[in-house]
Amino acid sequence: MPEARVIPLHGQPAEPAPKVAPRRRARASATASAPAPAPMPAEPLPSAPEQQPTDWERKLAGGLAFLRRRITGDYDVDEFGFDRDLTHHVLMPPLRPVYEKWFRVETRGLANIPDTGGALLVANHSGTIPIDAVMTTLAVHDHHPAHRHLRLLGADLVFTLPVIAPMARKSGQTLACNADAERLLSSGELVGVFPEGFKGIGKPFSDRYKLQRFGRGGFVSAALRTGTPIIPVSIVGAEEIYPIIGNSKTLARLLGLPYAPITPFFPWLGPLGAVPLPSKWIIEFGEPIETAHLGGAQAAEDPMLVFNLTDQVRETIQSTLYTLLMQRRSVFF
Amino acid sequence: MKPRVVLVTGVSRYLGTRLASTLAADPSIERVIGVDTVPPRADALPVLGRTEFVRADIRNPLIAKVIAQAEVDTVVHMNVIATPLGAGGRTAMKEINVIGTMQLLAACQKAPSMRKLVVKSTTAVYGSSPRDPALFTEDAGPKALPKSGYAKDAVEVEGYVRGFGRRRPDVTLSVLRFTNFIGPHIETPLTRYLSLPVVPTVLGFDPRIQLCHEDDGIEALRRFTTEDHPGIFNVGGSGVLLLSQAVRRAGRLSVPVPAPTVSLVAGLFRRAGLVDFSPEQMRYLEHGRVADVSRVAKELGWAPRSTAEAMQSFVERAPRILNHETVAAAEARVLGLLGARPTSQEEPARA
Repeated sequence: MPEARVIPLHGQPAEPAPKVAPRRRARASATASAPAPAPMPAEPLPSAPEQQPTDWERKLAGGLAFLRRRITGDYDVDEFGFDRDLTHHVLMPPLRPVYEKWFRVETRGLANIPDTGGALLVANHSGTIPIDAVMTTLAVHDHHPAHRHLRLLGADLVFTLPVIAPMARKSGQTLACNADAERLLSSGELVGVFPEGFKGIGKPFSDRYKLQRFGRGGFVSAALRTGTPIIPVSIVGAEEIYPIIGNSKTLARLLGLPYAPITPFFPWLGPLGAVPLPSKWIIEFGEPIETAHLGGAQAAEDPMLVFNLTDQVRETIQSTLYTLLMQRRSVFF
Repeated sequence: MKPRVVLVTGVSRYLGTRLASTLAADPSIERVIGVDTVPPRADALPVLGRTEFVRADIRNPLIAKVIAQAEVDTVVHMNVIATPLGAGGRTAMKEINVIGTMQLLAACQKAPSMRKLVVKSTTAVYGSSPRDPALFTEDAGPKALPKSGYAKDAVEVEGYVRGFGRRRPDVTLSVLRFTNFIGPHIETPLTRYLSLPVVPTVLGFDPRIQLCHEDDGIEALRRFTTEDHPGIFNVGGSGVLLLSQAVRRAGRLSVPVPAPTVSLVAGLFRRAGLVDFSPEQMRYLEHGRVADVSRVAKELGWAPRSTAEAMQSFVERAPRILNHETVAAAEARVLGLLGARPTSQEEPARA
């Protein structure tokens, strides 16, 4: 096979021979030692110090390596179906501009999230479609010093929908049930839950920042059983992205959805109406509520304790929301 | 307690033959008796060793005589079959699975020599639905009971086995729920499916699958037969693969098929004799199923190899359509063509 012709792009003299040769040699030795014909990782090569690869080269190599891993299936998913490789390289990057430029998310109290070990983040839910969940995940991953992945608990509906169901699992979500929540928490993961569910996310604009009922307190009993702290999270800004002024109940029933939103722009402006309003967001992570000292599984069997704790979390989020709203100068700035 | 006389049902099929030959190689076991409706394949005879073969239908009361006369103390029930193809139709399959088990259990109940019953079941009893927990533990019930096919049979078989356990509490009862088998030799609907050059999948779904290496299945059955471990256990590899990932690792191409036409496509494949996928396995292709396998590892102090390792053993048996070395070489070629110097940066694929 003739040697691939190297076209110098940066005016530097290209030296194909030393580049290609060590790579081949490295590959040959790797094949000899590895019994399985596993796809070879692109070996880090010793490059001369004055020949530091430029940014685009690094990006290109990274992109190609990613493509190769996807084509050959050489990546790991955990038992819940979380595909870290895909999440890092495909799902997260396009969301960063939305996070930074569109909603200009401001985070507070990130230090309240532990660097290691399980914790349950409980947040208010709003905004017609769960963009707040995505932004909270990004906030924790990008801005927390330990770059932790928030594992969200999703509603039943999410896992019945084609395309959405596998995407949810690949991005680290799992079904909101006690078995999964406890499994994640006891294996030291950071779990995020929105106890209001559809009641919160699909509420009319007039009810904004009024917390809805917090389910049956299932999240509290999961935290109690595993002895993990509960961190109340208050999200301000998500309420204004798609103000729901009406709900087409007939259409919702037809489609089997919990609600069919009508906003001032949707469906009137068509796809343009699906662009969220650029509200200014603040996400505040509150002080952890410890549960380890409360008595574990026995405490989870005490409904009064569970209700009280649920209320405490709810009140904390509600009052933080009001405080944040007072501090906010306007919806958009 | 070590078994003296072991009876293996379904001995003429792949796993039955392998278990019987493994047990026959154990000198502490006095007799190994294999039962099946058809004789073992000619090439299986040498490996079966000193296994005695009884051609009997477990649906027939004759089985009681065999158990009584040979004073069988351990029965390994492996005759719950998964596909109607070999059995001669769904009706015959159901008869073998359910009526056969009832007859066998009735015979076992009457036999005073019985000490142990090991049943090969399946994690299919958990069903497959979007409302399932991520991992099924042994005491988790299915959200919706399987309505048809193998899974329904397995649920019914387990029901009769529970009944037997109540009536003969002196018998050590182990129910092993295996995940899908895979490996270098075994033939199952899943291995045939993954051997297709172009693998049809359900559009918009990517289930998590869990695999058990065939050797580990035999090893688990051997341990449960020769040692006493009463209870229900999920047996399979730890970890999961996504179906798309498994297809890619096998070097195949997947073709997503829209959900409404899936049963049509499945029918075509069935008629062509390629893959026999029943409706409940179609649900599996949408939602998948993963079992928690920590209990068996704790009980035995041994664990089957992981799902990824089991998959690797299968990948090595069939040539890949899409060669992984070619992909890696293409990557290097593109980098070279564009004049990019190799970078030392490699994103961690597996953090």
